[in-house]
Amino acid sequence: MSILHIVNKSPYERNSVERAVEYLRDGDRLLLIEDAVYAVIRGGKAASLIDGRNAAVLGPDLAARGIAEEKMIDGIEVVDYAGFVDLVEACDKTQSWL
Amino acid sequence: MATKKFMYVNRRAPYGTIYAWEALEVVLIGAAFEQDVSLAFVDDGVFQLMKGQDTSGIDMKNFSPTYSALGDYEVTKIYVEKESLEERGLTLDDLQHLVWEDEDDDWAEKDSIRLVSRAELAEVFAGQDVMFNF
Repeated sequence: MSILHIVNKSPYERNSVERAVEYLRDGDRLLLIEDAVYAVIRGGKAASLIDGRNAAVLGPDLAARGIAEEKMIDGIEVVDYAGFVDLVEACDKTQSWL
Repeated sequence: MATKKFMYVNRRAPYGTIYAWEALEVVLIGAAFEQDVSLAFVDDGVFQLMKGQDTSGIDMKNFSPTYSALGDYEVTKIYVEKESLEERGLTLDDLQHLVWEDEDDDWAEKDSIRLVSRAELAEVFAGQDVMFNF
């Protein structure tokens, strides 16, 4: 039973990203939205938490915060709102790390 | 009324919460009272100044252009904490270039942002009369 783990808090203010990653199992997906998108910035301390975890990130939230593609670490899937829905559909359930 | 030194400390990222926007509103109101205003950006607050913000996809107002108007309100001291920037993988180049015009120097354009260490910012805090926290 796959889980879509959704995080919306800054990795520099809360431990939500860190904890979500620890709960990731094979077949699960991680989706970063709102302030959690700051985790994708290359050279940032939080990037190591999600590196190699097949994380997805919500594009409109990246754009709002001025995070350009070249600022991101590799291996991150950028999705739009339709892609968000696709991820929800592809997983059996969701867990929001508020 | 004697001029006081006001320091606004910003520690939150924009958009996820309303703190950043509310701080900006209070700063602009305070600036109208001709106090000696400084802003500090610490921890996630440094994200407020990132350039290239485009909120068209999240249905929220992009208030980041307002920071460039601070110079017109004689808010010319904007402290950015170096440690916070570095921890987040950012440099000054990732932030907006904020300037003010110095009327005592033939309206020369000068940088508003001062990159300071944590220890230096603590010294700046020590010299203030009033602290506002967001």
